[in-house]
Amino acid sequence: MTYEPVLLRNRGVPDVQRLEVYRQRGGYRALEKALRMSPAEVVQVVKDSGLRGRGGAGFPCGVKWTFLPKDHPGPIYLCVNADESEPGTFNNRILMEEDPHQVLEGIIISAYATRASTAYIYLRYEYGRCFRTMQRAVDEAYAAGLLGRNILGRSDFHLDVYLHRGAGAYICGEETGLIESLEGKRAWPRIKPPFPAVEGAFRKPTIVNNVETLACVTHILDRGADWFKSIGVPPDPNNPRDLGSYGPKLYCISGHVNNPCCVELPLGVTARQLIEEHGGGVWKGRKAKAVVPGGISMGFLSESELDTPLDFNGPTKVGCLGLGTAAVIVIDDQTSMVDVLYNSCRFFSHESCGQCTPCREGTEWMTKILARIRRGQGELSDLDQLLEIADGIGITPGTTICGLADGAAWPVKNALRKFRAEFEDYIRSGKRSAETGPVPVGHL
Amino acid sequence: MAVITINDKDVELADNERLNLIQAAQRAGYEVPHYCWHPALTVVASCRMCLVEVGEKKPDGTLAMQPRVVPACQTPARPGMVVRTNSEKAKAAQAATLEYLLLNHPLDCPVCDQAGECYLQDYSYKFGRGYSRFKEDKIIRPDKDYIGDNIALFTDRCVMCSRCVRFTREISGTAELQIIHRGAHAEIDIFPGQPCNNKLAGNVVDLCPVGALCSKDFLYKQRVWFLKNTPSVCPRCSTGCSIVVDHHKDIVYRLRPRANPQAQGWFMCDDGRFGYKYINAADRLISPMVRHDKHTFHVGWEEVLPTLRRQVRQVVGEAPQSAWLVLSPWLTCEEAFLAVRWFRSLSPQTRLALGPVPVIGEDDRYPKDVHGNPPPPEKTRFTIRAEKCPNRLGVEAILRHFESQVQTFDAVLAAANKGQIQALYLTGGYPEPWLSDEQAKVLEQVGFVVVQDILPSAATTLAKYVLPGATFAEKDGTFVNHAGLAQAIHRAVVPPGEARNDARIFMELAERRGLPHAPTLRRELAAEVPFFALLKEGQIDPLGVFLNGKQN
Repeated sequence: MTYEPVLLRNRGVPDVQRLEVYRQRGGYRALEKALRMSPAEVVQVVKDSGLRGRGGAGFPCGVKWTFLPKDHPGPIYLCVNADESEPGTFNNRILMEEDPHQVLEGIIISAYATRASTAYIYLRYEYGRCFRTMQRAVDEAYAAGLLGRNILGRSDFHLDVYLHRGAGAYICGEETGLIESLEGKRAWPRIKPPFPAVEGAFRKPTIVNNVETLACVTHILDRGADWFKSIGVPPDPNNPRDLGSYGPKLYCISGHVNNPCCVELPLGVTARQLIEEHGGGVWKGRKAKAVVPGGISMGFLSESELDTPLDFNGPTKVGCLGLGTAAVIVIDDQTSMVDVLYNSCRFFSHESCGQCTPCREGTEWMTKILARIRRGQGELSDLDQLLEIADGIGITPGTTICGLADGAAWPVKNALRKFRAEFEDYIRSGKRSAETGPVPVGHL
Repeated sequence: MAVITINDKDVELADNERLNLIQAAQRAGYEVPHYCWHPALTVVASCRMCLVEVGEKKPDGTLAMQPRVVPACQTPARPGMVVRTNSEKAKAAQAATLEYLLLNHPLDCPVCDQAGECYLQDYSYKFGRGYSRFKEDKIIRPDKDYIGDNIALFTDRCVMCSRCVRFTREISGTAELQIIHRGAHAEIDIFPGQPCNNKLAGNVVDLCPVGALCSKDFLYKQRVWFLKNTPSVCPRCSTGCSIVVDHHKDIVYRLRPRANPQAQGWFMCDDGRFGYKYINAADRLISPMVRHDKHTFHVGWEEVLPTLRRQVRQVVGEAPQSAWLVLSPWLTCEEAFLAVRWFRSLSPQTRLALGPVPVIGEDDRYPKDVHGNPPPPEKTRFTIRAEKCPNRLGVEAILRHFESQVQTFDAVLAAANKGQIQALYLTGGYPEPWLSDEQAKVLEQVGFVVVQDILPSAATTLAKYVLPGATFAEKDGTFVNHAGLAQAIHRAVVPPGEARNDARIFMELAERRGLPHAPTLRRELAAEVPFFALLKEGQIDPLGVFLNGKQN
């Protein structure tokens, strides 16, 4: 079955970043349709569609919108999470660079549905090209009356959109960290409650949505909730907490594949399909040893788990944290899992904001233990120590404020439980990771 | 009445009472370890030391505990809640956090100023493990002695609780402190070139639960386990902050605020905190002195008191209206009462007056806004008052009882100028010079001046008799603050040399036997002066008593 891309339908169309080209291809039709409905009806459509947040946690988007206080005098803010920092993830970049108006249309519709009067696009600093294309799109939209006051002649709908460039921190992708950073503060995630929908940016109700989520909103309004529900995977009848995984999803494929790419597919495709059919297979004729299902913080799939469907429910069944951002990183069989895990831990200890003790110290400790193992000075008991730390940090055991520590812990848990023999061999053989030598102190 | 269960002990919550689980557990007698939470600051729940298990009783009697541990500081106590602060799971989580906190801690307790009052030490004993499993190299960060004129930061010892940062943002409003860097490398620092020198800065040292922020004034002066702690009241302004005087071998080493919602709250200002040094000053008056012509002679109390009594009595006998007693607002109520009683016993026509009341500037209110302006009154969280003395209200109440109108010091000067004063009994106790040269010149016209004071001043040079008195740390008594709150001060150290506490001097002058006993004197005072009626029990609650009867 071939799938006709929706979110990426304009990819490669010349000049589609320009408003008139986007309009010729049916752009802003969904907005006009939405404006003929009441905000509550738009929320209902999105709720009916079963759209779940594409940023990683998979929280139902429409439900999140209903958490906004009723009859709030305003202002209400919409924050667009474009701080795409999860290793291996680049779908937001493609959406913003290739088809900025599609994202913008989703933003305008969502702002209409949530009664937000201001939208902030929190863009990671490194995305300079996204910044330029998005800014151009915003300027065009203002000129065309799609932004600003009285949008499309509606006297009761005004929206200002601002692009805000972050300063380069993974934690700014956490929704309350993003809000703090947007307010000009240190991106230390806030304690919840209150949730942002009640008290967010500048102490006003705030909705934080991912770029891809908002792009989906455009098409849900255009084609209807039923169309969206016809794609993807229905809820697992054996799991009462599964809400189903509907709609298209952008999968990012990177790592040791012949053809790293971003493809749009219905939710529920397996990792093996992604690698073989879209990634061009593992490079150099090798086999995959492990595959990251959705950004490094989700953990690892082993070779035997590659037929796991990558929907919101699938990866958890094999011990991963979740679908995450659906960024598939392929690790070939020539790569040492010790090195992979060290790299992952180093990333998270570098990005830990330093607020909660278990995450601040735990991620650092794990990195140092792995660094020592890589220097050939590891002991078998270190593996138990690593697992103890990994099991003890994060929201899951309740010891941190945000999920960064879970993201740091899951690769450790998965790697040590699924590839333990490799770690033990590594330690027993007294091997040292070849190219690195002593780990530079600056990295610890 | 709602009930919450803490480790099988039921705690009652009053209606509308908002407690977090740390406070509720405290009420049940359980300590929940915590670093970042402080009752006066916002909740950040970031240290993760106070992790506990919570759940609830189902209607069928079974317990449903949540699978996750939760921070007790962030979790409000709700009726019907079941809390486990010492279950295996909670204890494991607390021990893990403590182990994390100590990973990069230098463990330099032997040279750390905080040792003995350090929450890392205390909690390690109570909730931690006895050894470290950390085999790696510790992160070493530079110490910072530039944080403030009175504050040094030992960066390695910091547990990143952010109490100090929140204090400068929420209480002082000056926001000098911040956190720099990220993750395990995070450090407390100042904005370059802008040290933490606001008037409340010293509080960050008290707030620091570990030995990271240290007071330069106290640093390496004394091990805290040698210190004795005496509850008292700060005398440096009419706010009357409840404090603790930390002393050892009759030397005062530091003052710390004592939490008292009725007086000042949780904190104290640096004027008060570091304003104790006059107690230990080298030039304190240490023995009675008599002047003959231009020479002063040190004499003993046995010698000076009978002569003084006789001479004062003589002047009063001749012209009672020309004998003046000036009561300093630094006297305790008991002392002022004894002094007035003695003076009035000589003759009811003797004159009474209030000593100079030092007022400097205006009340200084916090938190400041970004421009350094004071907050509106309803948002004020701390006030340093302009009136720089502890007991004007109390002394005035006594004066008003004995004379319909309180004579100010200006009236004394005016009378002296007109030659209407033949005998003048001045009481001092001011830490700063309190008599200007012009005023001293006026008083020189008075033939017979007695000064009872603690430090040499313009007054002592013109006095016929100088009697060495005591500071607030050297006596018992009562101060009444700006709001009419009577608080007890307690003797921490003995006065230097032959100096005596002022109540004793007045008792000896009045030929009353025995030594001053504050509760007894308070009872007498309450019986005679209605303003102090509520002190009739003699003892004062550690948090003080509002003399007008109002509660908080």
